[in-house]
Amino acid sequence: MGKAIVVTSGKGGVGKTTSTAAIGAALAQRGDKVVVVDFDVGLRNLDLVMGAERRVVYDLINVIHGEAKLAQALIRDKRVETLYLLPASQTRDKDKLTPEGVEQVITALKKNFDWVICDSPAGIERGPTLAMRHADIAIVVTNPEISSVRDSDRIIGLLDAKTVKAENGERVEKHLLLTRYDPSRAEAGDMLQVDDVLEILSIPLLGIIPESTDVLRASNLGTPVTLADRNSETARAYYEAARRLTGETVPVTIPTDKRGFFGKFFGRKAA
Amino acid sequence: MNIFRLFVKPKTATTARDRLQVLLAHERASVGGNDLVTILRDEILAVISKHVKVDDNKVYVKLERGLQVSTLEVDVQIPFDRTTRRAA
Repeated sequence: MGKAIVVTSGKGGVGKTTSTAAIGAALAQRGDKVVVVDFDVGLRNLDLVMGAERRVVYDLINVIHGEAKLAQALIRDKRVETLYLLPASQTRDKDKLTPEGVEQVITALKKNFDWVICDSPAGIERGPTLAMRHADIAIVVTNPEISSVRDSDRIIGLLDAKTVKAENGERVEKHLLLTRYDPSRAEAGDMLQVDDVLEILSIPLLGIIPESTDVLRASNLGTPVTLADRNSETARAYYEAARRLTGETVPVTIPTDKRGFFGKFFGRKAA
Repeated sequence: MNIFRLFVKPKTATTARDRLQVLLAHERASVGGNDLVTILRDEILAVISKHVKVDDNKVYVKLERGLQVSTLEVDVQIPFDRTTRRAA
């Protein structure tokens, strides 16, 4: 029996889809059987980030409505053979996502995979609550920025109230993934500190992902960032996060500003 | 004007942290979106309007949230009315 993970945040644009693809690929490279599931019905994007947009035939809604078998809708990754994608529907109404249907699909996936990673849509409505409903583990993706932290706090509240585990008196295992961390701004004192965010949200840290062009370059290519350049700082941060998910103890490294003396003076990034 | 301000911008991260802590302390207290302050304001106004006519446009509600103490300031202007005066 595999574990269901929800990658969630409340706020949009913080890196849920990027993180889903990156962690999914990292876990699959260890040999684990992984499926990444797009829950963003109507605005699917995980297929693009995974580079499988031209291979989508059936989707999650088709499976829920019995128009396709689960095995028909799953897309096997061309790079890592234990990695699969279950895409969302791009055209259908999000109301077609039923609680019973979602439960059946997740249960079936958990029987066949070690990890079922659900990429949640933004917000706190039906889509996001269904995506988190059957989760064993939650990865709360947060930017070191006040609106993102506030929304994550809200999502943590929902994870403690609106999930099957919560209703059964158990707890969803929650992890904080701090993304788009900019070391130069942190050093300038203009970005929320890691410790501040941890203290405010009070859930354990899964990893810190630096703000990097690696992410944009990887999504341009349709490759999870962990497969695009395995030695990039971003990829390494995601690999470490994946190892922590499996229960390994890996010390967290806070990204530092690697620009030299002259870089700091002349190489100021545009805000 | 302080000449050093040209070179050293004040750091903003601590302000962000303090604002968040105050805000979240309140949001966590009001579960399910039932904001205590909103309820208080509505009920206070309901009680007042039971006894005197209140013009909705003459009601000012101010809220100041702090980590330890929050204040709710309700300023209701009661129009001069002969009938209520006589009754009293």
